[in-house]
Formats: sequence, structure tokens, C-alpha cells
Amino acid sequence: MATNLAHSKASDGDNDSQSPNIEQLESVVIRFAGDSGDGMQLTGTQFTHSTALMGTDLATFPDFPAEIRAPAGTTFGVSAYQINFGARRIMTHGDEPDVLVVMNPAALKTNLDALKPGGTLVVDTGAFSARNLTKAGYKETPLGTSELSMFNVIELDISKMTLEAVKEFGLSNKEALRSKNMWTLGLMLWMYGRQRQSVIDWLQGKFAKRPEIAASNIAALNAGHAFGETAEMSGDLGQKNVGKADVPPGVYRTITGAEALALGLVAGSKLAGLNIMLGSYPITPASTLLHQLAALKQHGVVTFQAEDEIAAICAAIGASFAGSLGITSSSGPGIALKTEAIGLAISTELPLVIVNSQRGGPSTGLPTKTEQSDLYQAVYGRNGDAPIPVISSSAPGECFFAAIEAVRIATKYMTPVILLTDGYLANAAEPWPIPDFDDLEPFPVSFVEANQEDFRAFRRDEKTLARNWPIPGTPGLEHRIGGIEKDYDTGNISYASDNHQRMTDMRQNKINGIAKDIPAQEVAQGESTGKLAVVGWGSTFGPIYRAVEGARADGLDVSHIHVRHIWPMPENMGELLAGFDKVLVPEMNTGQFATVLRDQFLVDVIRYNQVNGQPFKVSDLSARIHDLAK
Amino acid sequence: MNELSPKKLTAKDFATDQEARWCPGCGDYAILKAVQKTLADIEATPENTVFISGIGCSSRFPYYMETYGFHTIHGRAPAFATGVKLANPDLDVWLVTGDGDGLSIGGNHMLHVLRRNVDIQILLFNNEIYGLTKGQYSPTSRPGTRSPSSPTGSIEQNLNPCAFALGSGARFIARIVDTDLKRMPNILIRAQQHKGASFIEIFQNCIVFNDKVFAEFTEKAAAKTRQLFVEDGQPMVFGPDSAFGIRQSTKGVALEVVNMEADGVSVDDLIVHNEKDHLLATMLVNQAGIDDFPFVLGVIYCDPMSSYDSNVSAQVAEAQEKSPNADMKELLFAGNTWSVS
Repeated sequence: MATNLAHSKASDGDNDSQSPNIEQLESVVIRFAGDSGDGMQLTGTQFTHSTALMGTDLATFPDFPAEIRAPAGTTFGVSAYQINFGARRIMTHGDEPDVLVVMNPAALKTNLDALKPGGTLVVDTGAFSARNLTKAGYKETPLGTSELSMFNVIELDISKMTLEAVKEFGLSNKEALRSKNMWTLGLMLWMYGRQRQSVIDWLQGKFAKRPEIAASNIAALNAGHAFGETAEMSGDLGQKNVGKADVPPGVYRTITGAEALALGLVAGSKLAGLNIMLGSYPITPASTLLHQLAALKQHGVVTFQAEDEIAAICAAIGASFAGSLGITSSSGPGIALKTEAIGLAISTELPLVIVNSQRGGPSTGLPTKTEQSDLYQAVYGRNGDAPIPVISSSAPGECFFAAIEAVRIATKYMTPVILLTDGYLANAAEPWPIPDFDDLEPFPVSFVEANQEDFRAFRRDEKTLARNWPIPGTPGLEHRIGGIEKDYDTGNISYASDNHQRMTDMRQNKINGIAKDIPAQEVAQGESTGKLAVVGWGSTFGPIYRAVEGARADGLDVSHIHVRHIWPMPENMGELLAGFDKVLVPEMNTGQFATVLRDQFLVDVIRYNQVNGQPFKVSDLSARIHDLAK
Repeated sequence: MNELSPKKLTAKDFATDQEARWCPGCGDYAILKAVQKTLADIEATPENTVFISGIGCSSRFPYYMETYGFHTIHGRAPAFATGVKLANPDLDVWLVTGDGDGLSIGGNHMLHVLRRNVDIQILLFNNEIYGLTKGQYSPTSRPGTRSPSSPTGSIEQNLNPCAFALGSGARFIARIVDTDLKRMPNILIRAQQHKGASFIEIFQNCIVFNDKVFAEFTEKAAAKTRQLFVEDGQPMVFGPDSAFGIRQSTKGVALEVVNMEADGVSVDDLIVHNEKDHLLATMLVNQAGIDDFPFVLGVIYCDPMSSYDSNVSAQVAEAQEKSPNADMKELLFAGNTWSVS
């Protein structure tokens, strides 16, 4: 369904920007926090959709625990969703929330530190029972104490008002209370003049088989909204307006990184003229891609939920051998299991896309928290000399284009490609200008034709060094491949020492040669020479961009370079870095890309690292940049 | 099909120019010969035939077959085979593995390829030893097996491959001896015709590290008395002059051997083999070779059901039928959109 903002009516929401009683805001950061069972992710997602439809720009940060239903009321069971939306371009989910909504004491305990001094705190007092306070570790209620004195606290008995709103549906107390997130959402939608219809449509679809649940949720949503309208509140709980952002014209949708990845892989397969075969095994935070692609069978997508990570990649390689586009998707621990098979794909020179949605490590680490610590694993982590192209994505929507690029390189160079995203990118949402598919350059694959004279399975393109792709089912091309070293000319098994040297060199040269076939490294912001370059990769784009923007506004000589192609890097990379006095590399790891840059270009990079499971704060980066560039 | 080559292919046409690198006298040679002959007999098309293997002596097999072939990594051949079938269900896929490759490092994949019923033929060469790594005991080695890694004898319980396959949900199970060139082709044909995963355990003699391990039922003299070759619809008789038979035990839920003349039992009292009888198959594979019970060969179990790859194709086809206009544009614009002018 398409909404044209130029003609949208203000029948619901869309707070009148002319009204003198409505506070005008440039941007707002709201954080919804509650128990895992309180539906905070749904609340946040629905607020996001409604906000996006109003034409404001936004960025989100879902922050949830690994436990599906941790014991109710505990601090480790708190789930939060943060959204930054505004009438200007939004690059990050915001350092500090302006508004914190807490559904229980544990949510207050774990999220209060984030709230901006002077910020608004909305509290469901109905959940502040003695029992819940104890579970959260409070000896006595913090409400009304000096602990909260620097905030504007709005105490509302949301639980009680929700129960009243849904009384007529005859639900159990427990079931009725499940709607309190919708009551809260209704209030926040009213406060920021967002429309309710998209939420109502969604509820009716989701609970189509249980209309009484849909009706009670809608009643709670409406009650929260009506509360705002009738309570005649002002000030912190009065209505505010966040206008439309000045964004480039086009048709938009909201998109998460996982959604964009799925779309990009399907688009890539269509541009290559291949069918997708995804082999995957459930793992957080990568499973979403499996779910997305499993729902796209109408596009010829085959998904295989394998018995383990190894079978997942092996099936994908088998599919590539047979002429499909093999894809496998996982997170760090799963990629570790796939390592031997990646080597086989390198040795047999078959196209394959390996998506790693990185999470905190080592070992099981932090399954639901974001990190960039699998870069060494991607670039170096295999037995033997086994080079592989590595690509990263910098934002949710950007995953679409990174996926297409991964498919292009995999099929053109007959090689596995690793695509690095992370937990933050996978889950975070942003408004996305939908690209015109017809504008994308196709890169059709051609298989070897039947009955070739002097056919060789490993005949190479002189320029790319890629071998040709003969597939089973083609008469006259019967051949055998495997992981044993192959003769350069015939492709038959060869243990000859000179041949192994030649093959190792060829594999290295083939991957290094990709540097000539990727765009030159651009500067995202600022001059191409100067005092300080801040070099990032992956999901840190937003905070780095904002921090550099701020520093430049303060008159500092700083540039932002953001690298998509981690291996091989663009040909001009060394020269570009040499043009700066200092190079700062912020990463959510202990300095892995910094190591690669030092190794490749002998640049004395300065590391800036953080591994607390959270994306960078703009303010932290700004402080470091000011130190280095002043 | 190429119309210019009506010539019928022979076993030789399925052999490559690569010199086989198995030890002289290895049972693998006989199996290779039987497979090449069978493919010629059933007029298989080399371009639509794929041999996939893991790692081990048996896994060199694809290099000697003039078809498509993929020598993959240790234990994972079932996963590669699954991927090949999902990409192109029309291909005829054969998987060659051993007791170490298929039941130790690859045991998990074997379980799942059988459970899913992927339409492939699995040839498991069981020689009860690790050959390529020079003779360590394997999961099918009997307790007490002395090897470099078990100098005082293996203390592990051995795995029964056919019982494992039955427990995993396999719908086709057969057993044969490597040198039985008379009866092997027919079993291979049955496996190839079976839609779904066909599991064939081949008793294969490793002449270097585990010679004569199956001699008690494969040596010429023993073969007559110790082998029961089952055939669907036929009473279970074996031994010289077909003097022995199998009937249901009078003492419990089990099968027992009878000497028909001495025990005063007629052929009519014997069990008639029924390939679709899962309980019978379970008893046959579990009692085989124990005490006086013969080693059971032939197609022990065959009860087809739809294969995984055909079900996957059906789901994709159904989705495409429901959304005939699914294209990239529709996908990109799905859900809530808004335009900014």
C-alpha cells in the first residue's frame, strides 16, 4: 500500500505544525524498555512503521536478551527498542534517549543510565509491585526519590488503564495485560502525532484467527491514544511535532539489514540468471535471513535447513557444482564450523556467498549483541593459503547492494565470497529509497556449452583467472573435481611440487586481481588529504559520519573513509591513507581491521576499540576525534 | 540425447583414463566393475550421472567413473549430494562412502540424508577398518580388534550399519558382498530405481589392514552355509540343498533357524520375505550373524515414500503457480511504502 505524503490527510495524527500549543522538535530519541514478555520489540517496530509512513527519517536499535522468556521481572530479561526519528537526516539510533518508557522496575534499573539528563521518563506504576521491585534489586521504590530527580517523571498506571480498556472482551487478567504495550504505543503515537491505522491493519492481520485478541489490542491502542487526547497534558507529556525530513524524492519503505540482504541476494541471483539454493542452520542473529528467503519460493528460491552448519555450507557448494547460486548464512561460531568446506570451495573454484551476521565472541559469546570481531576469521581463518574476497555492509539498506556485489564477484571470479554484516545491521531498521531494479547492471552467467572440443573443467579466463563453469547434465563435459591439488592444465589430481606452487600463486593472483574490478575507495565526507582520516567499515558508518560531521562543523580538518571491500581493498587505498597525517580506525573489536591496514600499507594507524555489545556513541567518537585533530 | 551416438554404452565407456590407486586385491575393484557394468546395463546417461564421495579409500571412486564426480571432504558427502539434488533433481546421484567416512565423522549427515529420504543411492563400503590412515579401528570394528590405535584390542561396541539406517528412517536397505558380481548388479538396479535414499552396505575386504574379516560367511565353503539371500515373496531358505529355513520363534519375538528335515518343518512354515515389513527387517538386520543365524544379504527392506527433493520442488512449483507474476519489482515494493515528492 502506498501513501503519498504530499496528499496525506491529518485525520489522525500529523500534528499541526502551525498550532501554538504543539512543541516543534527537530528530532527525538525514544527508548521502549520492558520485560521480554512485554512485547517491546513489537511496540518499537510498529512505532517505526507508523513514523516512517509520516515521512520522518529514522534509525532504530533493537536491544534484546539471548533468553527467549527469561524469568519475568528480572534485569537479565529486559528487552529494549530505541528509535531516533527526525525532520533531518538521521544517521544513528541516538546516543541518549530523550524519552524512556519503562514497563517494570527491571527496565528502569537497566536503562536509566542511558536517559539524557532532563529527559522524560514514562513509568507504568502498575508494574512497580514490591515483588517486581525486589526482582529488579530495588530495596524500595525509586519513584519519587532523588535518584530520579534530574528527570521529568510521568507516572501512569498503564496496567490498570489497559485492564479497564479491554474489560469488555472477557480475557484473563494475564491475557489482558499483554495489551499494555499497545496502550503505551497508542499514547506515544498521539504524543508525536503518528497515525494508528498501520498498527490496526497489522493487528488485524496478525490475529486474524483470534479476533478477540485483535479487538482487545486495538481497544488498548485507542485507549492510550484517547488518554493523551483527553488528559489535557502539556509540557513533557503534551503533543509534539517532528516534521518530515528533507530526503531525496522517491518511493520509500522501511527495511532491516536482514530484509535488505534477502532482497539483495534474490536480486543478485536474477542479475546473474541463477536460482538460489540457501543452506542454513538456525543461529542468532543470522536466522532471520533463512526465514526471509524461505518465504520467497515464488522467486524460485530453494532453502535447506540443514542438520548442522557444516551440512548447510556443503549443500550450498553441492548446489553450486550443479549450477545454482549456493548461499550459506550464519554467525561466527557457525562460520568456524564451515571453515573446511570454504577451503573446498576455494580449491574447486565454485561460486558461493557466505554471509556472517557477526555477534560478540569468542565461543558462544554474546549471541544477541553486535560486534565486528570476525574480520580476522574472514580474511585469514583457513588452513592452507586460501584467499577469499571479503565484503562488508555499512547500513541496513546498504546490505541490498553489498549482497549484489558479493554475487557478482562470486560468479565472475568463481570463488566463495564472505559478506560481513552484524547483529546491529541485521535487526536495525531505516527508511529506504527503493531502487529501480532496471537500473542495476545484469551480470549473466554462462555455463560451458555441451560437447566442447578440448574441454577442460579448469580452463581459465586470461584476464580474471576464473575457471569456466561446466555443470552436470551437460553432455560431453563429464569431469571430476575435488579438494586434492589439481593440475593447472588438465584439472586432474596432481601432487607435483611445481604445479602446487603455480596453483597457489594463481589462487592468490585471482583474488588480488579483484582489486582492479571494484570501485576506487571514496571519501565519505571531507577532503581526500588532510590532518586526520577516520577509517571505518561495517555498521559503524552512522556514528562515525555524525562524529566527523560534528568535528568538521567545529572547524577541524577531518575526513571519513568507509571501506566496503575488506579483501582485496581498492587499488587506491594505500595512496589515499598516505595523504593523511593521522589515521584513526574505530572498530567494535580489539583492532582487527587496523592490523590489516598496517600489514597492507605500513600505515601507523591509531586504534579506537569498543566491545561492550553496543554500537558506538557519537559523543565518544567525537571526543577522540577532537583529541587527534585539534 | 545426442542423436548421432545411438551406440549402446558398455561398462568400459563408464571407466575413466585415470589409473585406479587401490591396493592390488582390494575389494573396491570388484565393486567398481559391478557399478560400471550396471550403468551400462540400465543405459544410464553419463552426463546425468553424478558420483559424490567423502574422504577415504572408497571415496576415490568418482575419479574412476566417466560421469560427473565430486570428491568432497571427510564425512560430508550426503550434504553435497543433497545440494546437488536440490539444484537439479533430474540428476542420478550416487554416493560412495565407507564405515569411517559415513558412520563416524559423517554419521550425523548419514542419519539426516536417510531421514529426509533424498533420492540418491548410497554405497557404504564396510571393511571395519580405517584403510587410508593405515589401519586404525573404525565404528564397525568388532570389540577386541587390534589396530595401531587399539594395540590391546578395541573396547568399543561396534555399530550395525543397516540397523542404524533402519533407525534413521531409511526406506531402502540392502546388503551384498564385494565380490558377488552375480547378484550385486541387480541390487544396484533396484537401488537406482527406488525413489528416495537407497542404502546398500557392501561387505568389502581390506586386503592390507583387515584381510578376511568377513571370511566366516564370504569364503567359498562358508558362503553356502552362512548366507541367507532374501527375496521379496520368497520363503527364507538357505544352506546346502536349501536344507535350512527361518521361521518365527516359538519362544518369543524373534526369528529362528530350523533344519527343515530334522525339525520336521515344511517350507510352508517358513517366513516369506516381505520387503515392506519394517519389523521383519529390524529382526533380520539385528539377528544376522549372531549364533547360528545366517548373514542376511539382498534387499532387506524397501517401502517407498515421496523423496525430499521432489517435495521441495513441489513446494517451489506451488508457490510459483500461486504468484505467477512474482518479479523483483513486486518484491521490492512489497509492504507499506510511501512516496516523497
